[in-house]
Amino acid sequence: MVPLEYYLTLSAVIFAIGVLGVLTSRNLIVIFMSIEIMLNAGNLALIAFSRALGDVSGHAFVFIVFAVAAAEAAVGLAIILAVFRNRESVNADDFNIMRW
Amino acid sequence: MEMFIFILAAIASVACCLMVITQKNPVRAVLFLIMAFVAQAILFVQLSAVFVAALQIIVYAGAIMVLFLFIIMLLNLRKDEFGGDRHPFQKFAAVALAALLAFELVIVALRDGSRSPSVSLPENFGSVESIGEILFTKYLLPFEATSILLMAAILGAVVLAKKRLDD
Repeated sequence: MVPLEYYLTLSAVIFAIGVLGVLTSRNLIVIFMSIEIMLNAGNLALIAFSRALGDVSGHAFVFIVFAVAAAEAAVGLAIILAVFRNRESVNADDFNIMRW
Repeated sequence: MEMFIFILAAIASVACCLMVITQKNPVRAVLFLIMAFVAQAILFVQLSAVFVAALQIIVYAGAIMVLFLFIIMLLNLRKDEFGGDRHPFQKFAAVALAALLAFELVIVALRDGSRSPSVSLPENFGSVESIGEILFTKYLLPFEATSILLMAAILGAVVLAKKRLDD
């Protein structure tokens, strides 16, 4: 049986990789994928805790996280599409219309 | 055997996640992300979360990643579009901060000593039946809120895709 800490450590490392992706990447789509990586790291921790405590609640949380991820992907990619139509680019440095 | 599968899936998912953030070509990044999700689905199966593992493959690797792929191919991105860093220490600072965060999270994960899963599981743990039951009784309100969220996301995506930003 694999101990709980191993799963939590793996989840922490994957989450940090997602943060690294958001910090280093220029491409809006890659930044978006890094956010998906972070959501998945959270899912892994939830499932691991659910298994360790013998409580199925964690699975329900993960189900809801899936729905949130789907909503986020749909709206986020629509925003990226709108940005691309205005700027002809998905480089995060080109996109500063929200700045004053 | 279980440990062996865990180590294999863990290495695969970490390596694939690293490839996602280092790839220049976004299509390859999406394919690596799908591989990372499949590796995590294997971990879910090991944690007796069979239904969630199936959802991970069908919804995440299947639907959401196809949406990403679709957008990337629609935008037809060039590889050389992204120039160098604006600030000389940006990469270094990002790696240092991410390493610090990973260190902190691992400390928190390991702090409380060994608490290996010793609880005996109920017979239908992780089955569709048990998750459906808990979703429609204990977590009915979050479930309904999720449906409203999805509704709002559909409307938002349609509105955003229709109009231009400056009119």
